[in-house]
Amino acid sequence: MSNQDLSAYSGIWCVGEVRHGKLAPTIFEILTAGGQIAAALGQKLSVVLIGSGLGPWTKEVIEAGADQVYLIDHSSLEQFVDEAYAKALTDLVNQEKPRALFLPASTIGRSLAGRAAVMLKTGAAADLTDLSAASGSNGFEKGTLLATRPSYGGNILATLVNTRSRPEIYTIRPMVFPRSPKDSTRTGVVRNITVDPATWNLRTKFIAFQAESSNEIDIGSADKIVSGGRGLGKAEGFETVRSLAKALSAAVGASRAAVDSGWIPYKHQVGITGRTVRPKLYVACGVSGQVQHLAGMGQSEVIVAINKDPECPMMKLASFSIEADLYEFIPAAVKELQKHQS
Amino acid sequence: MPLNIVVCIKQTPATGSVSIDPQTGDISKEGISYAISPFDEYALEEGLRLKERFPGGATLALTMGAVRAEEILREAIARGVDGVYHLCDEAFDGSDTFATSYILSQGIRKIEEERKIKIDLVICAKQTNDGDTGQVGPGLAAWLDWPNTAYVKKVEQVTDTLLRVHRMMEDGTDILEIQRPALISVVKEINEPRLPSLKGKMAAKKAVIPRWGASDIKADPALIGLKGSLVEIAKRQSPPKRAGGLKIGGATIEEKAKIFVDKLRELKLL
Amino acid sequence: MLMTFDYGFTDDQKEIIKLAREIAEKKIKPVRAHYDETEEFPWEVIEDIRKADLFGVYLPVEYGGFGGANTEMCLVSEELSKACGGISLAVTACGLCAIPILLFGNEAQRQRWLPDLGSGKRLGAFNITEPDAGSDATATKSTARREGDYYVLNGLKNFCTNGEAAEIYIVFATVNPVRGPRGITAFVVEKGTPGFTFGKKETKMGIRASSTYELIFENCKIPASNRLGSEGYGLFVAQATFDFSRPGVGSQALGIAQGALDETIKYIRNRKQFGQTVISFQAIQHMMADCAMKIEAGRALLYSVNRTMDKIQKEAYARAKESGKLVYEEMRALNPGRVTKYSAMVKAFCSDVAMQVTTDCVQMCGGIGYMRDFPVEKYMRDAKITQIYEGTNQVQRNEIAMMMIKEYASQMVQKELLKV
Repeated sequence: MSNQDLSAYSGIWCVGEVRHGKLAPTIFEILTAGGQIAAALGQKLSVVLIGSGLGPWTKEVIEAGADQVYLIDHSSLEQFVDEAYAKALTDLVNQEKPRALFLPASTIGRSLAGRAAVMLKTGAAADLTDLSAASGSNGFEKGTLLATRPSYGGNILATLVNTRSRPEIYTIRPMVFPRSPKDSTRTGVVRNITVDPATWNLRTKFIAFQAESSNEIDIGSADKIVSGGRGLGKAEGFETVRSLAKALSAAVGASRAAVDSGWIPYKHQVGITGRTVRPKLYVACGVSGQVQHLAGMGQSEVIVAINKDPECPMMKLASFSIEADLYEFIPAAVKELQKHQS
Repeated sequence: MPLNIVVCIKQTPATGSVSIDPQTGDISKEGISYAISPFDEYALEEGLRLKERFPGGATLALTMGAVRAEEILREAIARGVDGVYHLCDEAFDGSDTFATSYILSQGIRKIEEERKIKIDLVICAKQTNDGDTGQVGPGLAAWLDWPNTAYVKKVEQVTDTLLRVHRMMEDGTDILEIQRPALISVVKEINEPRLPSLKGKMAAKKAVIPRWGASDIKADPALIGLKGSLVEIAKRQSPPKRAGGLKIGGATIEEKAKIFVDKLRELKLL
Repeated sequence: MLMTFDYGFTDDQKEIIKLAREIAEKKIKPVRAHYDETEEFPWEVIEDIRKADLFGVYLPVEYGGFGGANTEMCLVSEELSKACGGISLAVTACGLCAIPILLFGNEAQRQRWLPDLGSGKRLGAFNITEPDAGSDATATKSTARREGDYYVLNGLKNFCTNGEAAEIYIVFATVNPVRGPRGITAFVVEKGTPGFTFGKKETKMGIRASSTYELIFENCKIPASNRLGSEGYGLFVAQATFDFSRPGVGSQALGIAQGALDETIKYIRNRKQFGQTVISFQAIQHMMADCAMKIEAGRALLYSVNRTMDKIQKEAYARAKESGKLVYEEMRALNPGRVTKYSAMVKAFCSDVAMQVTTDCVQMCGGIGYMRDFPVEKYMRDAKITQIYEGTNQVQRNEIAMMMIKEYASQMVQKELLKV
């Protein structure tokens, strides 16, 4: 498949996610990951933004490390449409020939990476949790990108390499890399890319966005999560879970059992058929810790389990386990937290 | 309005049954059990529901995989699909998402030719439980040069020319209209999968399942299997085991709560 | 998945087991506590069972069934009951409605009602009980007055399983109170018939997902073609139905017992007391072993009796198709001795086992076993009814003894005994 001249490809691109008119903060995490690679390879670090009215963000991303910013700014690109964004991005790639593209492993990032990769006839890997450039000492040619990602529900860590096609495309799991520091003295080049989507053969039309009415934190981007499981016993148990989440400024997660019981909507589900999270703090309340659930949160930094059953898998896995009735413990903990805050 | 639908499904190891063989560094064959990838159940269910909502079309299931993958196609028949196709060839072994999506696209073309129909909709799951990539759906759409939407949580309407779908976003719901033929990847929220029926199971037992190899689907040898793959797995390892942690004791609930909060403070989590 | 002893089941029967087990695990277990708590009718689960084609496994294929017989019905009932004996009852209660139609219905009647019962499109019910006629069905007071091509029903029936949810009801009323038991006649009444309404909904100790209602008949006019069998044959209809349905109760009872034991063992394997798991105590191990032995003895009895009953059922049906006679007539010709005794043994034995096993399960679990948020106590409450309905276990023993007395009194047996 590789009849490409791989050496013609240079530069690290971080593709930012502009979702419903806002730049997602994941770009700053990706700038950290991409920045390391750009430094190791001695290549230029660029940010690509696709959307409408992007100007205000150029300064931010330059200050966060971008040498160059590509703006594909067009009123008809205001909302994410797979075909349109893929077309915009791949046209630019074909013209500029970067070495690697990094995107957030979000709905937009993962959708776009999958489609763009095939359009570019290149390889993609999803949801990286680690990334480095080979030093040349461990069997990989110097400069080879080593991309690590969990698979089989986190049971296996696989290290992937793409030595056959360019650009390499990777999506990066949110909350894994720290945000790149801001340096207001930095400067960079802004390149406005002119596109004419009217001439593209687009078959998808964006109709509307319905914002989630609640002001809840999304579990995918939360650095703290408080989760409830079957042990809550009833739907009202989530009020207790929410009280702790509020006191910790955490998002609310749930096990499949809780979601299937209709206690809380699916978007809160953590686990194999739900979402994979890796927060700094994961508090599992009445979650026994079925493998399917552990697959979705086992890589959290600190895990706290609150359960009546000291023998359940979650209690054995947790960094801190608290054997208690959660209906007694949580109110006490909330009180204690309030004390701490005041 | 009727739709001819292909649902792409995959046989994967059941989560929890997978580990690394320390000798080979490969996935251990021991204790592994295979089933339909859990996400695919929702894709299959949506294919069946769309057929029930807009009768007159056919809902078909397609898989690429080893001989044993035939089991999940029988499962699909038991649940009510109208036909199944098995892409099975040693030449497909080792395919990454790039090669896999190519092979599936050729399979879909072959189904159209074989059944003398046009496929209107391909449904994939948002991801599998083994690779967890979520790239095959959008990649397949690119090979077919069809429009696609991922993370679909509802198919609101289907007309002769388009589908109106709801996409689950981190901050709400996008509504999109997408022209037929199209590809959607669906999330769990879209439905509640059915179980097979007894009559379906009997039909599944008797069914003769077409098995197509690389030449049957006119696959370009340069684009399939290890040779056609661009991303290779250099190394597999088990994630570091988490050591069990500290039990928070305390005579009273208040004491436990205090220790808990102190710990969080120590770790700068407050 | 627990291995179960294979009583020579066919591949098709094994498929039924697998499918019913999947429904029990995925569709019933998650909601059983809800229905137990609310006493709502489990329509969602009914829909799942319907879609899985499990309603008519025991009916001939001509009526949309799976061509099985008692064994198939019991396999479904046993597996579903492992998760919830109340929800499983909705299915077997339909069987209690379909069996008399199959046995005593003419071809037109079979065509009219069996396909819907077999597909689960319409649910069925069977009601013989009245406030003053429980175990003693001969005391039936409801009346059916003949008026030309119609019967006019009046009276009150109670404790009707699937009441209100069902659309097809088998009810018993007397056409001539003076004739006592010989006046009792079976009828099919459809929901919505003017003069047929529902009274009180019962609240129960167990099987709370099952609906139990009073049926009220006030000048309810039904066509004469809704009569099942001849006038005055009602008690035959009832008894012949019970002969085939009582093993169904047995299978429900064994499912309940096994379900309780499975939950119990899951718990005591992990529960630690005195520094060791509860399952490691010999006192507990003996209780476990007794439970398992009793259940297996019940299954051995159930499925061996079923095998003979299946043969009679299928053969009689095949002959009736040829001869145009009622299935029941062919059955009598094939097997004049009837199966009442064995059917009663199955029902009484298995339901006694269920009561003992579920009680012991609560005991093995200790305090948690008694709690409503742990699934074991529900099995104990559900088990109780199996010793009561379709004839209390005392009535079963009466019938067994009655048959024995008759047998021993027969000249042939007398001669045999004298030889010894």
